[in-house]
Amino acid sequence: MEIKQAFAGTLESGDIMVKIEPSQKEGLEINLESTVAYQFGEQIKSVIEETLKGLDINSAVVTATDKGALDCTIRARVTAAAVRATGKDVWA
Amino acid sequence: MQRLRRTMMFVPGNNPAMMSDAFIYGPDSIMLDLEDSVTMAEKDAARLLVHNALKTIDYGNTEMVVRVNPLNTPYGKKDVEAVVKAGVDVIRMPKTETAEEVQELEAEIEKVEKEIGCLGRTQIMAAIESTKGIINAYAIATASKRMMGIALGAEDYCANLKTQRTPSGDELLLARETIVVAARAAGIYALDTVYSNLNDMETFRKEVELIKRLGFDGKSIINPRQIEIINEVFTPTEKEIEKAKTIVAAIKEAAAKGSGVIAVNGKMVDKPVVTRAEHTIELALAAGVITKEDL
Repeated sequence: MEIKQAFAGTLESGDIMVKIEPSQKEGLEINLESTVAYQFGEQIKSVIEETLKGLDINSAVVTATDKGALDCTIRARVTAAAVRATGKDVWA
Repeated sequence: MQRLRRTMMFVPGNNPAMMSDAFIYGPDSIMLDLEDSVTMAEKDAARLLVHNALKTIDYGNTEMVVRVNPLNTPYGKKDVEAVVKAGVDVIRMPKTETAEEVQELEAEIEKVEKEIGCLGRTQIMAAIESTKGIINAYAIATASKRMMGIALGAEDYCANLKTQRTPSGDELLLARETIVVAARAAGIYALDTVYSNLNDMETFRKEVELIKRLGFDGKSIINPRQIEIINEVFTPTEKEIEKAKTIVAAIKEAAAKGSGVIAVNGKMVDKPVVTRAEHTIELALAAGVITKEDL
């Protein structure tokens, strides 16, 4: 799927800022900076990956700066960035 | 038992921290806002945030309300789809002026509910924020069987009226009374507008006492600090509860003897007095200050 650079989220506490960019290669490259990376880094990356794959995005570079976001917030911000990157909305 | 709707707390729909913490303060309802508190550039992101929060966060018994954008904007229909799919309890419709607008919203809700197989689940409340809306209050209140309540939105209403809000609230009297009368005639809830000066809790308390006297069920709020005062004003006192219990017990005894009217402490007690006493007991039960065992 063709994508362009897009952002969603903020750097406020409880939120996550997500940037999605096109990648030259197959697969998802996820770069995460998080205040809770030691405990939850893998979990956050897995939510990002699962959300993008659910939207049929299998090739992209994702840069995420997490400020302690809940999983539901991560899903929402990744989806918003993906919708903006692809121009394809999730609502009818 | 009736549901308490003393406090409906506004939470901006694009603020994840506030959305996840709001229920801690114990409002009766939380209203996640997709309308005025969200900029146009963030409408898409806020909609997704609210959808995912409703699906995931356990808000316990707190009623979840979402204020959607008007249907005649590019956002309204998507908002309805997103929140109905997430299982919202109530959709709050802003700037409602006619019954037809409520019916249009109902049709949108039905479309989504049919798609996901939960027809009839979502309730509607209409915020009335203009003189035209006030004129049509009863028609709006009875526009759909999904109507849960009508609320006053005073800021837009005052702008439309070409006046401004004052501490006494004189300018809102007709609108407030119209809303309560329309809601009662329709058998639904009446909710008052926000009070936005957080540095003047004394005037806030007076306003809460006023709207209780007028007959409102509760009020929209913008800050958790306002909850305690509203609960204090709206929760019946021990004295009021004791009086209500005496009246209800006395009328039951009278009914057993075939009489519909009695005297309690030298005052005549008939049906309207009993109805008020029953309402006091219902409120006390719902607020948890008494239990059924106390009756």
